[in-house]
Formats: sequence, C-alpha cells, structure tokens
Amino acid sequence: MNEQTIIAMVSILGAAFTMAVGALGAAIGESRIGAAAMDALARQPDEASSITRTLMISLAMVESTAIFCLVIALVFLFANPFKAVGS
Amino acid sequence: MTDIRIFGEPILVYFGPVPVTETMVTSTAISAALLVIAAGLRGYARLHPQSTIATMTRMVVRWLDSLVSEIVGRPEPKLTLLAGSLFVFIAACNLAGQLPGVRPPTASLATTSALAIIVFFAVPVFGIASQGIGGYLMEYFRPNPLLFPLHLVSELSRTLALSFRLFGNIMSGHLLVALLISLSGFLVPMPFMALDLLIGLLQAYIFAILSTVFIGAAIGQGEKA
Repeated sequence: MNEQTIIAMVSILGAAFTMAVGALGAAIGESRIGAAAMDALARQPDEASSITRTLMISLAMVESTAIFCLVIALVFLFANPFKAVGS
Repeated sequence: MTDIRIFGEPILVYFGPVPVTETMVTSTAISAALLVIAAGLRGYARLHPQSTIATMTRMVVRWLDSLVSEIVGRPEPKLTLLAGSLFVFIAACNLAGQLPGVRPPTASLATTSALAIIVFFAVPVFGIASQGIGGYLMEYFRPNPLLFPLHLVSELSRTLALSFRLFGNIMSGHLLVALLISLSGFLVPMPFMALDLLIGLLQAYIFAILSTVFIGAAIGQGEKA
C-alpha cells in the first residue's frame, strides 16, 4: 500500500464523513425551521407571504452549510491537492 | 464517468490572448437571448397593451417591484432593476441546463463568483448613494466599534456563501443527473430533472432576495417610509 493509495482512501473516507455530518446538521436545522414556520402560519395565516419569504431565506442560509460540505467533499474527490498528478 | 467537471473546464478557443470557455459562450448566448426577448416583449406590449403576453409581462415586473419594496420598505427602482436582472438571468441560466447538451453557466464557480462580486460592490455603491460616504462608513461602527472586524468578516463571508450556494446547488443537481444516466439509463433521472427545475427557480429567487436584503440593509437605515 503506497502513499497514493493511503491518500485516496483517506480522501474517500473524509468525503463520506463530511457529507454525513454536514447533511445531518442541515437536516436538523431545516426541520426546526419548517416546524416553526408551520406554527407561525397556523397562528397567523394573513401573514403568509411574509412568513414564506422569511422561511425561504432561512432555509437557504441553513442549506448553505450543507452545500459547503458538498463542495469540500467534491474537492476531496475530484480536485485533491495532495494527489500526485496523473494518478 | 467521463463528463465529470467540477472545478475548471477546458478552453474551447483562444480569442486573441483571451481564452474562451464553454461557460462564457453559453452565458453570453443566454444574455443575448434575454435581451432579444425583453426588447420584443417591450415592443409587443407597447403595440398591444391588452394582450395576454403584455399582461403576463406586467405581472412579472410588478411582482419584482413588490418584492423589493416589501423588503426595503419603500419603492427602489434602481434596486429593482438589479435584483430583477439577477433573478431573470440566474433563472434562465439554471433552466438552460435542462436543454440537451447545455451545461448551465451557473454550474461553474466563475459565473456565480462574478454574480456575487457584483452584489459585493453594489452594497457600498447603493449605501453611499443613499446615506453619503460618512453615513455608510459609520454603519460599520454602529452598535459598538468593537464589532468592526465582525462587520468586515460578514461582508466577505456572505459574498462567499452567495456564490457557493448557487454553484453547489446547480452543480450538484447537474452531477446527480449525469451520475444517474451513467448508472441506470434513460427515464430514471426524470424526477430529479423535475426537481432541478424547482431548485433552479428557487435558487434564483433566493439569490435575488438575499442581494436585496443585503443592499436594503445598507440603504434602509435612514428614514423609513
């Protein structure tokens, strides 16, 4: 098992772990946002447009952490700076 | 598994010293198409003000107007122009990914960074135009001068987040469809392509809303109408 194999192995494991933890955190956060927005909608249906807009913004904000994890996982897999060129 | 391009892309042709990539070609084509469509709609709506197409055009424009004025608290025609152009361009780019053989320009980090940098520079431009240079700079020391570094970090991080959010969403959707096609074949990725339609429009909406919120925070501290 040479050095490049170890680097590839660790990169794949790291990408999988990054996606798992990142998706977990974003999913918990988004579920809480969705539940709170439904609660607010049930209490004040008149404010639906404003609540929906704020909901979208908050969802996008929370989702971006998961997207950062995805980008980092893709860097591990496809643009790894420690991998030798041509292998 | 041959078509996986995440970062960077091959150069099609050299135009003098300037390298031309596929993203530049597609985004220029989309901009030209949008300009032609907008000019055509404008002329058509002027000739036939009662037609269905003219009404739909007015509905879109009025929707963008109300979007901005609800966030900022007062009508801001210049901000509506910027946010509306961002929304229409990003939505067209995202939806162009559904055409066969077209890679959406927003799936390239260069395009999304350029759009985020436009917003990054639009914030001080709108802020200075609205409050003057002293008033805008005082915003950085507003609650407490100790928070000045945090304001600077937030300016940079939200620009980074804006570009990576759009890039990650569109690129991952495109990559998912490509992977499914290479794994399974013909009709299987269709539900994901339908999801891409939704996500493309939603991300364009979110980009426009977030840039409006950022710019609105820079200009809205004065008198509220």
